[in-house]
Amino acid sequence: MSDLIKKSAAELGSLISQGQVSSREVTQAHLDQIAATDPTINAFLFIDNEGALAQADLADRTKGEGKSPLHGVPLALKDVLTQKGVPTTCGSKILEGWRPPYDSTVVTRLKDSGVIILGKTNMDEFAMGSSTENSAFGPTRNPWDTERIPGGSGGGSAAALAAFQAPLAIGTDTGGSIRQPAAVTGTVGVKPTYGGVSRYGLVAFSSSLDQAGPCARTVLDTALLHQVIAGYDPKDATSINAAVPDVVAAAQRSDVKGMKIGVVKELSGDGYEKGVADRFAESLAILESQGAEIIEVSCPNFKYALGAYYLIAPSEASSNLARFDAMRYGLRVGDDGSRSAEEVMSLTRAAGFGAEVKRRIILGTYALSAGYYEAFYGSAQKVRTLITRDFAAAYQKVDVLVSPTTPTVAFKIGAKSDDPVSMYLSDVATIPVNLAGVASMSLPAGLSEGLPVGFQIIAPAMKDDRLYQVGGALERELHRQWNGPLTHQIPELQVR
Amino acid sequence: MASNSRISREEVARIAALARISLGEQELNHLAGQIDGILDAVAVVQEAAGAAVPAMSHPLEITNVTRPDVILPSLTPDQALSGAPASEDSRFRVPQILGEEA
Repeated sequence: MSDLIKKSAAELGSLISQGQVSSREVTQAHLDQIAATDPTINAFLFIDNEGALAQADLADRTKGEGKSPLHGVPLALKDVLTQKGVPTTCGSKILEGWRPPYDSTVVTRLKDSGVIILGKTNMDEFAMGSSTENSAFGPTRNPWDTERIPGGSGGGSAAALAAFQAPLAIGTDTGGSIRQPAAVTGTVGVKPTYGGVSRYGLVAFSSSLDQAGPCARTVLDTALLHQVIAGYDPKDATSINAAVPDVVAAAQRSDVKGMKIGVVKELSGDGYEKGVADRFAESLAILESQGAEIIEVSCPNFKYALGAYYLIAPSEASSNLARFDAMRYGLRVGDDGSRSAEEVMSLTRAAGFGAEVKRRIILGTYALSAGYYEAFYGSAQKVRTLITRDFAAAYQKVDVLVSPTTPTVAFKIGAKSDDPVSMYLSDVATIPVNLAGVASMSLPAGLSEGLPVGFQIIAPAMKDDRLYQVGGALERELHRQWNGPLTHQIPELQVR
Repeated sequence: MASNSRISREEVARIAALARISLGEQELNHLAGQIDGILDAVAVVQEAAGAAVPAMSHPLEITNVTRPDVILPSLTPDQALSGAPASEDSRFRVPQILGEEA
């Protein structure tokens, strides 16, 4: 195994800019690691060997003063964002073989910064899931224990980081799809403020909740990537036209002295494993020793968040996924010349969508249908207001909120795959964030019986820098205790 | 379970047809039970939502966004049709939509 793949993105960017190593060497080292480990992990749906090396050669030719600190550094891209000419499936049979004719804004910004895109990562179909088992192309395995899930929906991106296949990755987070995979793979992931990163070219699941964000193995690397992808985009009508908070400076400063940190009372207790609660308490003690004031905060309406989410997200999905109609792109089934467009549409959607996607479309269609709209979708929208008020009240008292990212460590593949309600509970602590549109990070807090535990930080909208300030401070002490990032403790992979 | 269920198998079949998803018997039976279970779990929102609480559809105050009516470069017909299941004469070719004889 090459030494290069264990380095942080910041280190690699610095070595490349100083000419000590070429982007081609760095990119090839990661492609070699993917070739060696991905038959076991299945983090990638498409590996762009030629394209990545061509981008690396271009980066080597154009390196120099004033370039991005990530110039020439490779990245894994979740397969829900379009990249021109590169297959984009969203983990679904209905888009198998589709090559989008345009770049998402996130991809445009990555390319403009000289970041190398290695390929597209596996995910739950259309980002619906918490385990990556809903991918039509087989589950991704957790590098810490290949019998276990890597979280979802962005399990491919998180597993790629933990397996040293890439030092950077892009995820998307509708109810926890960046943070829950980060938590169970011992990596860092940030869901920026809603509107902070453009959704142009992000295949929509639930438009009022979806947000793309940065993933890496350290807080600083995550901040460097955040800075590359964030910022106003006229192509996204919900993009916030304001300066991006200085997340890199916040990660470097990482000082919590005098900060008020609120522990969300409702995100603890029953259902939270002891190992998770213990690592969370230890992290709090570290922040307190660094000069932060720890305050318990109650957010009484969070107990309704899961219910509201599983009405709002499926409702929006039922509308967004209507575009997969077998007419303009993607799969078409049963067009024998005798069937109507409507029949072809129904047969195509039956063949092209997996079980979870069908469940959610039907659930959402029901929640929006005449006679049930007020009782279900309408009530969920009111809960959304109550949860947003809970956050506003909490931020009157504290600078950030914290909780465990997930109630449990990674579960075994297959353990919850036919029990949707139990699967949905994986995101109980991450979902309130999306409903209110605030910013949140998960970073590693340690291990419970050999498996990673995540620590969640939640900041007010457009105060994303606070995530990095607090995360950086906690990480500094934990890295001192661990003698480096948690991912360095991953047992050697038994490749197949 | 049938007597206490929130949604009947027939209703799930009707909704699936509205959503343009053709379901087999077995799939329909399985899904109907699961959707009933999910509705039971999410119905908790009804106890929280008092009449006085305003509904929220989006985290941002959204206003309509417009731009000057200027022609910008966009996809060529070939690019736009590049993913089409069938095309003809620079157009999407689709199955019959008006129920005429083939």
